[in-house]
Amino acid sequence: MLETLQNLALGFQVALTPGVLWYGFIGCLVGTLVGVLPGVGPLAGISLLLPATYGLDATRALVMLAGIYYGAMYGGSTTSILMRIPGEAASVMTCIDGYAMARKGRAGPALTIAAVGSYVAGTVSVVALMFLAPPLAAFALRFGPPEYFSLLLLGLLVLAYMNTGSMLKGLAMAALGLLLGMIGIDQMSGYFRFAYGVTELGDGIGVVPVAVGLFGLAEILLTAGLENPPAVIRPRLRDLLPSRQEWRDAHMPIWRGTGIGFLIGIIPGSAHVISTFVSYAIERKISKHPEEFGKGAVAGVAGPESANNAATSGAFVPMLALGVPGVPVAALLLAAMMVHGVTPGPLLIQQDPRLFWGFIASMYVGNVILLILNLPLVGLFVNLLRVPYPVLYPIVLVCSILGVYAVNSSVVDVWIMLAMGVVGYLLRKLDFETAPIVLGLVLAPMMELSLRQSLAMSAGSYAIFITRPISVILLAIGLILVVLALRPLLSRTLDWRSRLAVDTDG
Amino acid sequence: MTVDRVAGLALVMIGIITLWESRVFPLGSLHRPGPAYMPVVLALLLIIFGGAVFAMGRHARRLAELGWSEWRHAVAIFGACAFAAWGLERLGYRLTIAVVVGFLLLVVERKGWALGLALTVAMAWGSFFVFDTLLRVPLPRGPFGL
Repeated sequence: MLETLQNLALGFQVALTPGVLWYGFIGCLVGTLVGVLPGVGPLAGISLLLPATYGLDATRALVMLAGIYYGAMYGGSTTSILMRIPGEAASVMTCIDGYAMARKGRAGPALTIAAVGSYVAGTVSVVALMFLAPPLAAFALRFGPPEYFSLLLLGLLVLAYMNTGSMLKGLAMAALGLLLGMIGIDQMSGYFRFAYGVTELGDGIGVVPVAVGLFGLAEILLTAGLENPPAVIRPRLRDLLPSRQEWRDAHMPIWRGTGIGFLIGIIPGSAHVISTFVSYAIERKISKHPEEFGKGAVAGVAGPESANNAATSGAFVPMLALGVPGVPVAALLLAAMMVHGVTPGPLLIQQDPRLFWGFIASMYVGNVILLILNLPLVGLFVNLLRVPYPVLYPIVLVCSILGVYAVNSSVVDVWIMLAMGVVGYLLRKLDFETAPIVLGLVLAPMMELSLRQSLAMSAGSYAIFITRPISVILLAIGLILVVLALRPLLSRTLDWRSRLAVDTDG
Repeated sequence: MTVDRVAGLALVMIGIITLWESRVFPLGSLHRPGPAYMPVVLALLLIIFGGAVFAMGRHARRLAELGWSEWRHAVAIFGACAFAAWGLERLGYRLTIAVVVGFLLLVVERKGWALGLALTVAMAWGSFFVFDTLLRVPLPRGPFGL
């Protein structure tokens, strides 16, 4: 403990030198701007700026690139809240209540709560990262294909169970999303599935066009032609900050989101996406007013945003402690380390303590910079709502088309966005939730691969899922959720029987 | 017909089409799944869920109760997006976006010429400058380098 604090003091000496601080600031600023622009996510931002760091020393380069990463995670919430355009899958849940808050004139509080939640989650998870990195990384490595399959299955069940509507509709939408995820080259056999000669579909359907179509475009199709389009909102200065009640409503979801995000974030893969869905689902389930979710519930913004940012730090755990990148951004940061002559892995902490602890300390400093940077920008961003909707939606539409095209420079993605916009429009008309489709799409390739790898490991025996402790615990939790979901149905049946019994007696 | 019954039927249809389309891939076995295994399982699940939504949807909202007052706008916006997807790599980014924004602001929304043209130019050329020139995200150019 004392040794860790001494090391952290060394880290702060490094992180607070003017040079490192300056590059951290530049990274956070660029990251925020990159995050606000739809389509240019953290991965593209880091890739674009990686060559610019070649002339820097390793510490400054890494601090700047990490700043871009968490800056982009902060900035991503802005378009979700103001325009209902999720820049990436992790922002999908923020769209739902963030945008609803914005339409109720509470865009300022939504953005402030997202920024503060991100700050708390970022800072707390760095503390956890500092103390728990080695044991947690070892735990994360115990996640083989069977554990991963069980976790993904549990993620889907949690989402379906905590759906406001029926579990059945949630599961149907998740199955639809999983089916969409089957499009593309089968990773085990190399078969080209459901692509119908469209080469661009070989890598599967991208998450960004689906999310932007289902959320952004569907919203425009539904809203633009209304007889009473959304009113122009002129935010006053006092409306920019959350009220006391909103702070109270956000308080616990921020802490819960932080815990969920960090724990799920250490697991390699797209687990950070699951963390936002799980956080939203839990907040809705335990809320005293679940009916407010989807209509501008503060907890629906605070929880997922905190989970998203906590997972960002969680993703650094296997990278720093073991040199194993859990997410593509971590892989890029590892590449940046190697470019600068640093060998990532368990020995990094001994071989280059200045870099290791400087990086950890820079994450504290980066979170403070981001908060200072983002809070004044809230006032600037909410002015977008002053624009009348008939003028605003063509701008949003251009942002959507541009963002979707920019990801892969492919018009096929724009067509997919268009098709998903129509699907989202119809599904919302028919009272279906579209978020499970996005989660299903993200999880499908990993789920299929982990199922088939598990069966290959066990020579075709499904017992592998119930003989490994982590896997069986995850499946048991999933089973409990299914039983809980079926309970009302059973009790209705019993109720019917008891009524019949009374009638017969009478 | 209720909305849940329509949705349930649609889901069942998607499941059946997926089953039909999966027949060209090897299914494998329960212990050694092939490339069609997961799509077939998911299609069957979709048929079951869709069937259940249909069966339990007797008391849902009736389809006739749905309002479609926004359909003209929705069709116009859909058309503009379809034009964008068609034109991006044929006409270039700036020209395509200019047509899309101009059409929506001037024809669909009937905004004034000054505002419409100013926004059209700002969106088409401004966004190109930010993304292509500053951020080096390659955007397609059309005839005359536009």
